[in-house]
Amino acid sequence: MVRRNWIWCWSLLWLGLAAHGAGAAEVHVAVAANFSGTMKVLSRVFEQESGHQARIITGATGKFYAQIKNGAPFQVLLAADAQTPLLLEQEGFVVPGSRFTYAVGRLVLWSKQTDLVDAQGDVLRSARFKRLAIADPRLAPYGAASVQVLEHMKVMAQVKDRLVQGDSVAQAYQFVASGNAELGFIASSQWVVNGQPLAGSSWLVPQSLHSPLRQDAVLLTSGQANPAAIALMGFLQSPRARAVMREHGYTH
Amino acid sequence: MLSPQDWMAIGLTLRLAAISTLVLLLIASPLAWWLARSRSPWRAPVAALTSLPLVLPPTVLGFYLLVTLGPEGPLGHLTLLLGLGTLPFSFAGLVVGSVVYSLPFAVQPLLHAFQNMGNRPLELAATLRASPLDAFFTVALPLAWPGFVSAAVLSFAHTIGEFGMVLMMGGNIPGQTQVLSTQIYGHVEAMAYSQAHTLAAGMLVFSFVVLLGLNLLQKRGLRMGS
Repeated sequence: MVRRNWIWCWSLLWLGLAAHGAGAAEVHVAVAANFSGTMKVLSRVFEQESGHQARIITGATGKFYAQIKNGAPFQVLLAADAQTPLLLEQEGFVVPGSRFTYAVGRLVLWSKQTDLVDAQGDVLRSARFKRLAIADPRLAPYGAASVQVLEHMKVMAQVKDRLVQGDSVAQAYQFVASGNAELGFIASSQWVVNGQPLAGSSWLVPQSLHSPLRQDAVLLTSGQANPAAIALMGFLQSPRARAVMREHGYTH
Repeated sequence: MLSPQDWMAIGLTLRLAAISTLVLLLIASPLAWWLARSRSPWRAPVAALTSLPLVLPPTVLGFYLLVTLGPEGPLGHLTLLLGLGTLPFSFAGLVVGSVVYSLPFAVQPLLHAFQNMGNRPLELAATLRASPLDAFFTVALPLAWPGFVSAAVLSFAHTIGEFGMVLMMGGNIPGQTQVLSTQIYGHVEAMAYSQAHTLAAGMLVFSFVVLLGLNLLQKRGLRMGS
């Protein structure tokens, strides 16, 4: 008798799992490093709302490009730029018509010292710092935007020898946070923590000083028939998701 | 095919590997000698400590070097006090990092060489009234020289291939901290695959030739020694 009960429970458990599995699917999302914190919050909301599961893989967009071209099991790419998704689309790795801009980033000049950065960024014209951290302009859109700002302000020649480059904006942040560089250009998503700006001094760089930091999303061909992937693409455009992104320092 | 910046990275990498190897041999020889002969209770902890860089992932090692050598870290305070400035983002900083990172690769072959030699040659030297220092330079060093070649080759090769540590504390400054491996990484990330392939292929061929040459040399040395 006892034994039969066990068998019952066992079958019910499996039936339950199977039924659950029929409705809920899983999506693997490749997420640009600068968006990973925001995406963690978003995925919780998404999983609650849809019942689907989102597995987040964070990394550099250029690395994702190489991995996707070589068969990486991702269904959605949230890139750090607009160029990589476009390239993947042209090369046939993307479901046509799925590409859209999910977020626009802002650049912040940040220092841990409370009196270093002023509201116009004039500190860049001064000799008051020894090292200015930026992300590598070749690799990271935030780095390219930082260089545009420096060139726009005509201070590139003055600061050139004081530049240190991180391979991503995450590393530029690390250089400033560890005190190795007095100031640096970071992403506003790193600068806003729990709705509060980081301690120290900072300058939210006007968007007119650099080309827009558009970050595009694409549904990859491997996610064409994945209900969770399709649902996630829709969710990212919902007012609820956009509100979360705004809280994390992104604009649209 | 290769840009001036690529050539600069190649030159810098060779210089870094050469200087680090030299510093490593200077540090590792007395250390390995002591480890091979000491009966101190500190022997085991020190041996474990010198092997630690094998365990830590290079990026983790680089991160801690960045933090401890930075202006807010304990060693950074020290270098600032000494008027040396801070080490991250400088060539000297990379040398320090490489020495830490490659230390086990220099110590292990030397340790084995000294251990395999045994006590006998030194005892003989002592009966011939050679001072310990004399015995070290005239008996131990010549006998252990294949160990020195191994240590040099491994340190050199390991420094050439070093990546994570440089990425974390280098800052990618051309001519100062932009080495071959970070340059290849940059090309790959920027999707400049052909440039990356050229550099990587060159690096492989060069390393193969160096390793082959030194292996042949070592083999001949062994035969001559026996």
